[in-house]
This record gives sequence, C-alpha cells and structure tokens, in this order.
Amino acid sequence: MTELVPSPVEPKAIGTALPRVDGVEKVTGRAAYAVEHPVDRPLFAWLVTSTVARGRVVAVDRSEALAHPGVVSVVDHTDAPRLAQTDNGELAILQDDAVGFRGQIVAVVLAESSEAAREGARLVRVEQEAEPFEAELREDNASYRPEKVNPAMETDTDQGDVDTALGTATTVLEQTYRTPYEHNNPLEPHATTAWWSEEDGRERLTLFDSSQGVHGVATALAPMLGIDREQIRVMAPFVGGGFGSKGEAHAHVMAAALAARTTGGRPVRLAVTRQQMFSLTGYRTATISKFRLGTDDDGRLTAIEHRVQEQTSRLREFAEQTASPTRMMYAAPNRRTSHRLAVLDVAVPSWMRAPGEMPGMFAHEVAMDELAEACGLDPVELRRRNDPDVDPEEGLPFDRRGLVECLDRGAERFGWASRPRAPRSTADGEWWVGTGVASATYPAMRQPGNVARVESTDTGFAVSIGAVDIGTGARTALTQIAADALGVGTDDIDLRLGDTALPMASVAGGSSGTSSWGSAIVAAAQQFLADHGDRPDPGLWTEASALRGDEADRFSFHSFGAVFAEVHVHRYTGELRVPRMLGVYSVGRVVNPTTARSQLVGGLVMGMSAALFEESVRDPRFGHVVTQDLATYHVAAHADVAGIEAEWLDESTTTFTPMGSRGIGEIGIVGTAAAVANAAYHATGVRVRDLPLTADAFLE
Amino acid sequence: MRELAYLRPSDPADAVSLVANDPDARFLGGGTNLVDHLKLGVATPGTLVDVSHLPLDALEEHDGGLLVGANVRNSDLAADRRVRTGWPVLSRALLSGASGQIRNQATTAGNLLQRTRCVYFLDVTTPCNKREPGSGCSAAEGYGRYNAILGAGPACVTVHPSDLAVGLVAVDATVVVLGPDGERRVPAADLHRLPGDDAARDTVLGHGELITAVELPRSAHARTSTYVKVRDRASFAFALVSVAVAIDRAEDGTVRDLRIVWGGVAHKPWRATRAEDALRGRPLTEAGVRDAAEAELDQARPTAGTEYKPAMVRNATALAFRRLVPDLAEEAR
Ligand SMILES: Cc1cc2nc3c(=O)[nH]c(=O)nc-3n(C[C@H](O)[C@H](O)[C@H](O)COP(=O)(O)OP(=O)(O)OC[C@H]3O[C@@H](n4cnc5c(N)ncnc54)[C@H](O)[C@@H]3O)c2cc1C
Ligand code: SF4
Repeated sequence: MTELVPSPVEPKAIGTALPRVDGVEKVTGRAAYAVEHPVDRPLFAWLVTSTVARGRVVAVDRSEALAHPGVVSVVDHTDAPRLAQTDNGELAILQDDAVGFRGQIVAVVLAESSEAAREGARLVRVEQEAEPFEAELREDNASYRPEKVNPAMETDTDQGDVDTALGTATTVLEQTYRTPYEHNNPLEPHATTAWWSEEDGRERLTLFDSSQGVHGVATALAPMLGIDREQIRVMAPFVGGGFGSKGEAHAHVMAAALAARTTGGRPVRLAVTRQQMFSLTGYRTATISKFRLGTDDDGRLTAIEHRVQEQTSRLREFAEQTASPTRMMYAAPNRRTSHRLAVLDVAVPSWMRAPGEMPGMFAHEVAMDELAEACGLDPVELRRRNDPDVDPEEGLPFDRRGLVECLDRGAERFGWASRPRAPRSTADGEWWVGTGVASATYPAMRQPGNVARVESTDTGFAVSIGAVDIGTGARTALTQIAADALGVGTDDIDLRLGDTALPMASVAGGSSGTSSWGSAIVAAAQQFLADHGDRPDPGLWTEASALRGDEADRFSFHSFGAVFAEVHVHRYTGELRVPRMLGVYSVGRVVNPTTARSQLVGGLVMGMSAALFEESVRDPRFGHVVTQDLATYHVAAHADVAGIEAEWLDESTTTFTPMGSRGIGEIGIVGTAAAVANAAYHATGVRVRDLPLTADAFLE
Repeated sequence: MRELAYLRPSDPADAVSLVANDPDARFLGGGTNLVDHLKLGVATPGTLVDVSHLPLDALEEHDGGLLVGANVRNSDLAADRRVRTGWPVLSRALLSGASGQIRNQATTAGNLLQRTRCVYFLDVTTPCNKREPGSGCSAAEGYGRYNAILGAGPACVTVHPSDLAVGLVAVDATVVVLGPDGERRVPAADLHRLPGDDAARDTVLGHGELITAVELPRSAHARTSTYVKVRDRASFAFALVSVAVAIDRAEDGTVRDLRIVWGGVAHKPWRATRAEDALRGRPLTEAGVRDAAEAELDQARPTAGTEYKPAMVRNATALAFRRLVPDLAEEAR
C-alpha cells in the first residue's frame, strides 16, 4: 500500500448530475437490506427488554417461551457467551444482572419464524428488582465536566475576559434555549444478520448489518468477542438511512452476534422494531444552552458566552459538542464555552445529524436574532458585522469563509430587502406572516486511514473501498470521482463498497465521507496510473491511501450557509406552516448536483421538522421515551414540506480535497430550526426559545 | 406465533353470534387499528371475525336521508357528492384524518370504534386502566398534551381520537347496531361514553354488538356545516382539538338551530350544549361565539399539558363559524 498526497482532479464527470448508479436496483426492490439476504436456515431473534430504569434481573423464566411452538432457545445473562472486554457499557449486554436503563436488552429469543420469536419474547417472564433512578434532565441536575466532547474536542474554552467585557458592553443579551430529545428514525430500522463459521481452524463471524461503517463495527466487536478483527466480516451493501444512528454498532448488533454464537452455525436475523429504536439505537440528548452576548455601540460582539447543560447515560459517556460552533462562528475578543453532563439512568445517546451544530446553532442563531433587535440592526447586517477575518478560536485564516456571500445571495433571492423590520407587521387573511434568517456552519472533516484499491479489468476498472452508501448517493459520487481520477467514463467504473473485505474506510458521518473516501480513491487512481500507465492490462492493481499536506496547519476549513424561512402562524389556532425556505451554501465543489440537492433539501426538511414537531417525550417516572412510534413522534409529513430550495456557491477548495469538495451531509439541518423560530417571532412577536415550536405557544 | 382463529361469516347475524358467544372474539373491519394492537399486544383476541366482507357497504338514499353501511370506506364516504353537499362536515372531518392509504382501508364502523392513541395505552409495559382495568392511569400525571379537559377521570383522562365521530354528532346521525337480541338504534351522540370509573369501555355497545350502518338525516344545519381540526403537523396527525359546527340561520341572520361539537377534549365527542343555547335564536357575532364557547368551558378542568386547550378550542370554534358565516369574517375586518 502506498501513501501519497493526491493532486487535484480535473472535473469532468464531477459536477454532473449522473443519475444514481443503484437507482434501478432500489426502485425495483432488488437491492437487499440487512435482513433480506438469503441465508441458510436462519433463526429469527426477538429482543426482550427491561422494564425498570435501574436495578437488576432477579430471574428469567423461559419455560412458557420455550414451550411455544417454533421457539428454539432463550439466551439471557446467565448463559450468554462471555465477552472478553466489557468496558463499552452499551455493547456489553447479557454479561451480568445489572439493568442500566429501561428498554435495555435482558434476553434474546430465537425461533424458527419472526412471529414465533416475537410471541416467545412476550412469554419470557423477567423478574426485576427496581432501584431508585434519575431520568430527567433539569437545569439543576448534579453534573460533571467530561474530559472531552464529541468527537475529541475541548470541553471548555476561555479566551479574554468575558465577565468584564459584558460589564462594559452597550447591549447585553442573556437567555436560555432548550432543545428536546430527538430520535434519528431512518426509514430502515436497525437490523442485523449474523452467523459464525469456521475457516482454517479459526472462528469466523459474518454480519450483514444496517450500518454507516462496516469497518467500525468489526473494530468495535472483535476485541469484545475475543477474536481478531480479521475474523469478522461485515457487509452493508444497501442501507436505508441512518442520520448517525447507525454510525456505531449498538447493542442489538452484539445481541445478534452473541445469540448466533449459540446456534451451532445457524444464522440469526434480528430486526429492531420502531418502538425499540427509541431505547436501543441512539438519539440526540436534550440540551440547555445559556447564552450571554455583549456588543459595542455598533453591534460588534465584544463577548460571547455559551454554557451547555446536557445529559449522558450512566452506561456509556456521550458528550454532545453543543457549544463547539460558537467557538468559531463570530468574531469577539472575549469568549467562553463549557459543557456539563448530567448522568442519567437512560438509554445511551449518540450521533444524530450534526451533533453539536444542530442544537448549538439553534441557540446561537436565535440569540443573534434577539441581539439584532436589541441593537436595532437588521439580522443579516448584524451577522455581516461580526464575520471574523480569521478563525476566532484557532487564529488561522479560513480557507474559505463563505458566510457573508451566502447571506447576501440568499437575501437577494428571498426578497429580504422588502421585509418590515418590526415583528407582527404582516397579516394575510387568517395568518400572521413573518420571515427569519439564520447562519449555518459545519466543519470540513477528512478522516485518516482510508485506503482504496484500483484494479484494471476487462471492461475498465474495479474501484473498491469498504465505505457505506447509506442512501446519500455516495456510490454515485464516488463513481464520478473515480472516473475523473482515472481519466475514463463513469461506465468504465465498477465501484465496490460496503464490505470489510474491501480496504479500510471511515464511517459515513461527520459529512466526511466523500472527502475521506474520495481522496483515497483519487490517491489510488493516481498511484495506479503511475504504477501501470493509462492503458493497463487487466488484473493489475494498486492500493493507496491519501495523505494530507500541511494545509490543516495553515487554514481553518469550514462550510457555511444561510437559511431563510417564511413562517405563517394562524391567528386563531396558533398552527405554524412554513410555505417557503431557502438555504444557500458554501460547501466547496458539488460532486453531483442531484444527490447534493437531496442532501441539502433533506437537511432543511429535517431542520424544519425539528423546529416544529420532533420531540421524544421521556417520562421521568418510568425512564423511557413514551412517544415511541411515528404516530406520536412527529416528523414532517409531505403536506408540511412546501417550497424548499437549496443552492450553493460555485466554488472549489482543492486545498482541502483533490476533488475540491468539502462535505454536505449535515449542514442543511444546522441553523434551520433557528430560521423558523426567528420567522415565527417576526410573524407574531412571540419569542419561543424551546424546541419544538408548537401551536399552543402562539395561541392568543 | 400466537395462533388465532380467523372467521369470515357471510351473514351479519352469524357474525354477531360468533362474537357474542365467545368472550375472546373480536370483529375485524379494515384492520388499521386492531392489527396494530395485535402486534403490540394491546389486544389479544383468540378469534377474529372479519366483518369487512359482509354486505354492509350500501351508501344510499333512505328515509329522506342517507344510509351509510358499516363497511363503507372512509375515502368513499368522504368523496361522495351527496355527503359533500348535504353533510360537508363529514367529508372535511374524514379528509382531515389519517392518510389516503389508511382512509382507503378504514371502514365507517371501525373508525367510530377505533381506540385511544394514549401513549400508555399502547405501551404494555406501563399501567393503563383502559387496557388493564385496575392497573392505574399513567397519563393522569404523565405525558398530558393530548389529555381530556372535559368529563375526564377518575379512571381515565384520555380523549376519543375519531374525527368522523365528532362530525356525526353534529349532524344528528344514528348508529344502527345488530346484537344477539336484534337491532337497536343509538344516537351518535350517545355511542361513546365518559370514562367515570370504568375506563375499559369506550362506548355503550356490548360485546358482540355489530355496527351495521349509520343513518344521516337531512337537515338545514347539516347542509351548512364544517370541521376545523387543529394539529401540529399539516396532515397525518390526530387533533389537538377539533370543532364541528352546523348551523341553520333564518333570513334575518339569527340562528334557528345549531350544533357545536368538540373533539380532542373528552372521552367522547363533546356536544357543547351550553354554547349552543347561548347562541340559539340570536344573531351571530364573533364575540358572541367566543363568549358562548367560554360558557361551555366553565366546566373544563385543564391539567398539566392541556392548559392550552380551552383557548385553542374557543378560537377554533370562532374559526369554524367564520368559515360558515361570511358576514362574521366581514365583521372582523
Ligand atoms: C397513522 C394513523 C393515523 C391516523 N390518523 C387519524 C386521524 O387523524 N383521525 C382519525 O379519526 N383517525 C385516524 N386514524 C385512525 C383510523 O381512522 C382508524 O384506524 C380506522 O378508521 C379504523 O377503521 P378499521 O376499519 O381499519 O377498523 P379496525 O382496525 O378493523 O377495527 C377497529 C375497532 O372496531 C371494531 N369493529 C370494526 N368493525 C366493526 C363493526 N362493524 N361493528 C362493531 N365493531 C367493529 C374492531 O373490533 C376494533 O375494535 C389513524 C390511523 C393511523 C394508523
Ligand atoms: S388516560 Fe386512559 S388510556 Fe391513557 S393511561 Fe390513563 S387509563 Fe389508560
């Protein structure tokens, strides 16, 4: 394997709207998902989960379940295969009698059919002893300072002297903003097929898993199962969405792997139900953001303070980096951020689209709207005035700071100039009408350790990387990148993904996929051409990894955007509707406008959905989320999505990747809820600082 | 797999006796509600008696009104031209509910007998008097946003979810029921009941009583009727509150007769008789409508999570009147 710094690629296929290369397979139902792959004599698994939030399992009575026709076995903590490592409290299931949250896996039923397994699970009697627990996030929970916040950022930052600056500021804004628990809810629920076999005298575990990163699953499971990474093969040829919830293996994957170890080689199919997803597959923590902002006479920020209170699970720490965007967003000499976590007896939180940026920028951008009003400035102008020359945290110049361009172009396209400054100025029939704006940002990330393989074939090139297309269009975009890097047409590329038998790839997360995998593919393609020339015989191959130069020491890399929303609030019922939204983005070169638009518009829809609907209601008396289906956990329906448009600046950033791209998966959700909240305020004069914005808040 | 018997009688009387004689049997209509409950373990019948194939799908003139067979699908009822002109509140109520796919599958009877969407009712790991009498009511001090504000408790604080049921009360519909002892007619207004100390029973029907039809009498107020449903999402959501209004006005604009029925506020469609009385025989003003709603809401007992409902239902009532009476909208300008 060679490591090299790839040189920029001349875009030909890149930038074109190549239709999804797997579109036909998907719409004709030929694409197989995790529990659809034909396997030999599968057993079906159903999870039995705890009904206390903290305590222990006293006894598991399997007799009724085992007597049920079709049920083959029940695995619980008394007889589940032992794990070699148990420090990951989320994955170390069925190892002892402790219960850490309501909804935790306490037994697995295996049966000849999914129906028998489900009924078997109902018939398992689990006697549990309940202990006192805490499951409510409040402002005054006992909390601690985590060592780092996701993924490995400083927990707190402090520059200058915030308190003194606030003491002398012309305008001071001090407010608290809250976001609720939210669940990712991809279309395809989490699912795994697992079986153990023997090869050359060694155990081997094979999984089809609905995952955002097959290599990550293998890396997480192997040491726990006491086997080498090479003994696990994980495949995810097609995945029906993830939004971060499939970024890491969750407990059900371990449940399938453990259960499959007891079947003498028969494969185990495990599909998580929608209800179980609300306990088992990750979610966004609720957040409480306390903001203090101070400005001088001209509305220039002199102090920014963002203190965050959120929660983690007792079983495993996850610290959402809610204040991280505040560190680089606007200029101000005095700045302080902090994160504190309450430890609750609840399910384990995890990544959900734009962890950190989504809740943090909701708070920051509503605060900016309030500040604009307090300063008597137009909200776009306030942001323009506070646009920094260099990254305020790192002191490095931005490779590209496209925020003001996005704001200006968006303002023009949206018709911002004709907007009345005062709230509650426009009524249209039964509706109050308002418009709002918010900024968006997302860091540009390129993960190390990606390797791609290019092989010449009879028909062109096979290009392999063990990355996963979770529905974003990665397979299509990477085909375009490979074609340009090799100087051939997209038809000549046979792209292979989603398998740990293919070279190492990082997770589809952090909007880093195209940048990370694409750079590796470019490196491998360029090395291949150097090794074998551009008219190679079939059967030659090269594996390579993309190194980065010193650009990360010279520049700060971020994407930016501006979101504009028009909100109508019904004067009688308080109902909110969003007839119009526009997002304008600076995201580097767009590899495929069709799939890119779908990511950006999808992000805008999800942000609007978070603004108006999404809330996982945790009942602190029980400890679990009680709105655990899609009838009670509302996501935007078709009728809620009206005129949503996304566009982007024509740009390229080859200092960051050889393709000139920066990543687009997450930025669409960032700031969007704030734009909606700000527009609702402009419509009605009612300022809501807690998501979601529901009709009752606007009733008159 | 839980085995259950699936029977498909061809005669309504057979269907009735199959269920009446088996405490473990249940009627199955379109299945959009009951099948969910089977999966969740909320309902555990031993026998399903499929009534969706019984010849109960008439939608025809009858006795000066319209006869709606129990098996008429929600989408067909909503689209019928006679319904849209003679009982518009029903079309609007139906179309405001569920989704196109579900309305295609759901039956008239099944819609009326759908069960609460209370999150604790649907979660077999939490106490619920309706699902398991005597176990307690988790909603009373729990997630309360959808709870009742009128006629609640002590056993149960949930609301009835059907939009159609609210509309039917506003047009004086009658539900035709076939039981082991023959046929009886139940006014739509009396079909659902308040919980009192028996949360398990949603309606006055006994086990084995089959709804065969709904009769819609023609009336002047039914012809001028509408439905306002307030919800977070623009579609595919149950009501926070809803209002069915039907009015008949004299030449001079005074109210000859009217119906005001509220959904999302009680264990049954709530006929706001005090509000009706306050408006009957008078000319209409928006302020008058709001006052009338307030008079009804004197009895409301909002709890944590439902503080917003009185104002919302009052405003929605005013909105429904505006939609029906153009001069009210004029007056407000
Ligand atoms: C996601 C979703 C959203 C929804 N949104 C709404 C909404 O906004 N508004 C709304 O009003 N509804 C809504 N519904 C509910 C929907 O209207 C009902 O599920 C449907 O009307 C039930 O009709 P069905 O024929 O499928 O009933 P089934 O599920 O077959 O039966 C329901 C009940 O009626 C009984 N039953 C059926 N037929 C008869 C009969 N002839 N005589 C006696 N008993 C009988 C059954 O035993 C069962 O108890 C929604 C449903 C879903 C799934
Ligand atoms: S409100 Fe009624 S349905 Fe809900 S938990 Fe209480 S008893 Fe059950």
